[in-house]
Amino acid sequence: MSDKKEYRGSIHQQQKNLMLAWYDQLDRAANTGDPPTVSMMISGNCVELLEGFGAVPIYPEVNALQLAIRHQSLDPILAAEDLGYAADNCAYVKADIGCILKGITPTGGKLPTPTLILCNFVGCNTYLKWFEHTAKLQKAPLYVIDVPFMRADTPSRSDVEYVVKQLQETVKKLEQLTGRKFDHDRFRQAVECSSRSEELWSQIKHLARRSPSPFDAYFDAITLMGPLYVYRARPEGVEFFEAALAELQAKSDAGKGVYEQEHFRLVMEGPPPYPYFRTFRDMFAKWQACAVASTYSTVGGLWEFGFRHDPDKPFESVAMHMIAQNVTNRNFLQRYEQIRRYVEDWNADGVIIHFVKSCRLFSAGQGDMRDYFTKQLGVPTLYIESDLEDPRYFAEAQTKNRIDAFFEALEHAKATAPVRA
Amino acid sequence: MYFFERSFDRCSDLGFPSVRKWKEQHPGGQVIAYFPVYAPVELIHAAGMLPVGLSGAGDRLDIQHADARFGSFICSIVKTTLEMGLTGHLEPFDGFLFSTICDSARNLCFVMKRNFPSMYVDFLHLPHNPSSPAATQFLAEEYRRVLGELERLGNCKVNDDALACSIALYNRNRALIRELYELRRRSPELVPTSELYQLIRCGNFLPVEEHTTELEQALTHFPSRNAKKRDSIRIVVEGSFCEQPPLPLIRLIEEAGCYIVDDDFVIGQNWFDSDIPTDGDPLLALACSYLDRSVYSSVRHDFRKPRWEGLVEKVRRSKADAVLFLIAKFCEPAYFDYVPYKQELEGAGIPHLPLEFEEKSFTFDRLRTEIETFVESLIFD
Ligand code: SF4
Ligand code: SF4
Repeated sequence: MSDKKEYRGSIHQQQKNLMLAWYDQLDRAANTGDPPTVSMMISGNCVELLEGFGAVPIYPEVNALQLAIRHQSLDPILAAEDLGYAADNCAYVKADIGCILKGITPTGGKLPTPTLILCNFVGCNTYLKWFEHTAKLQKAPLYVIDVPFMRADTPSRSDVEYVVKQLQETVKKLEQLTGRKFDHDRFRQAVECSSRSEELWSQIKHLARRSPSPFDAYFDAITLMGPLYVYRARPEGVEFFEAALAELQAKSDAGKGVYEQEHFRLVMEGPPPYPYFRTFRDMFAKWQACAVASTYSTVGGLWEFGFRHDPDKPFESVAMHMIAQNVTNRNFLQRYEQIRRYVEDWNADGVIIHFVKSCRLFSAGQGDMRDYFTKQLGVPTLYIESDLEDPRYFAEAQTKNRIDAFFEALEHAKATAPVRA
Repeated sequence: MYFFERSFDRCSDLGFPSVRKWKEQHPGGQVIAYFPVYAPVELIHAAGMLPVGLSGAGDRLDIQHADARFGSFICSIVKTTLEMGLTGHLEPFDGFLFSTICDSARNLCFVMKRNFPSMYVDFLHLPHNPSSPAATQFLAEEYRRVLGELERLGNCKVNDDALACSIALYNRNRALIRELYELRRRSPELVPTSELYQLIRCGNFLPVEEHTTELEQALTHFPSRNAKKRDSIRIVVEGSFCEQPPLPLIRLIEEAGCYIVDDDFVIGQNWFDSDIPTDGDPLLALACSYLDRSVYSSVRHDFRKPRWEGLVEKVRRSKADAVLFLIAKFCEPAYFDYVPYKQELEGAGIPHLPLEFEEKSFTFDRLRTEIETFVESLIFD
């Protein structure tokens, strides 16, 4: 009953074009020194600020995952291990460091030495190490934006002020490094663009509440995430998400889903195994199981619950986004809550917890999460382990058996359960 | 048996006799545990509570429940800490403070919060951008927030005088530790690290006043002992800042022919390179000191001054011949830092040996061989 239904509408091609145009810009920056480039992390990134300088972001995580999807991550990982990195260090970092050492890039074009390495420390402690190391290796200037972790339900005034001040210090730093004056109007326009892209993205995510969902909110959402990080603060981003929403809306209005018949609705927790992305997807497609929500797609920002950047408060809203509105800087129990909301509001049958060995941020404690969902809430949960970048940790047969067993049990439970009111 | 060995034994007992004794002596008194590495113990002390540095359960607890909660690739201390909770060992504690050291420990904080809802569990955000002038104010506010929680918990009000008083007590304690470290650098034969380690680690548990008395006693005891200089190499141990190596492993390193002349064991006890000012606003003083008087550590980031420079300085200051990395298995901050440390040491011509341990290990044959080979290679080089 294998039924591969990867979404391949026109937005797929548009997405590709946008990402290639981005890599072209980076290649130009490497050759001519223009435009200025800023290396940043995906989580809670402040790409809006860069627009005020006409600077382009570099996302080492995007480079790393591109390599993994193309089955090219092992070589650079091994090169980094030769340098002394441990088997158990985050493989994203190792792949990136290995690429710098060996001059590998995802497209074969050049990547520039960043004008500034800007570590937006948004939850992941590995980010700090990663950017310190690349700054040392590339002899590039480093600045860290220290973002207070979400230890309460909402950020305090002091948290927000602290981040706003550091954003302003970043502006000064970039003025020095680029020799350009920060363009406040352009910054405000960027924030305005972001708020529009976010609104559209949020509407797309809410389409997955319909049954059947017109797209897979894990596997397909990842395709849409690239433009979200690189372009959300630009008019091209808004156009892209307008097109995406229109296309998916039309598909949904026609009653079409990801599969002929949507058998199961899932919430996915954790990053995907990029080196086996296709194989992994097929394991779910076999059961016509569609992800209707995922935590991973909220790494860059959590918009489906209402947050938008605010052009009237550009610095504050960028700070708010970095502190409170992305999954990585929210605490573990807030993640439980996020998944619980998905299960209820997106009407899911179960939760798949994908433990990735590289990433303690996502994975440390996921056994407790499973305990909470199965024992406290009675939600069927499957826990599987592999890695997001390192191909050596994917046990294909075992993973497949566990997924099959999970769906068999779920099917049985569905067949015998009283019909939901 | 020396006095500090007796104290160390008491502090290693998972029945926590020293904590229970304190509670008996202070009816209604509360005890706040903190997870490594650093915690502003002065706040807890000033609130009339006992701060306890709880660094794992060593080999004294079988992990039966925590493995299922934390899974593979996670260090032992995270699991033994949770296991202590799930098996009722943490009953004498009223609160638990965590901080921004790594992702595993941070997630543990919130897992603890869910599993022990009657306990006060808090997470302290220690800044990673000391270059920002805004960091001091932020951290002072963060300390104020935590202090507010402690006041609520203890139903008390803490004033500046009480804080200044606590700071002075801990200043004295830390100054004595610095003196002991200095003495060991000068005359390592007088201060075996396996002993100094026990002495310092007791400070995690004992009330500061009591611990300070033990440090004072040690400072008269060590110099007066009759010890012959051995033919040993001088090494710095780096990487054991959080999960602690088993005591027999430290002994083994010494027996293999090493004088440990500096280390980062229980480094929270030895966090500042000079006293915290006791005049002015105490919370600001604590905050400024964290940002500008802290020693370097793999869990504190200050891009104004890289940690690897700190390590090389430490080696030079202690006239060490080599560095031994003693890294807890699955400790990601230590794994990461190993690379730039290694590069810097190689650049400076300082030999090193990387080793891994788990707090619960009890056989060290392989490690012994590696250390002995390393020592021989240095002696006969
Ligand atoms: S640890 Fe996780 S969040 Fe951090 S860089 Fe690695 S994969 Fe990303
Ligand atoms: S031993 Fe290392 S990884 Fe484990 S909690 Fe401590 S700092 Fe984190």
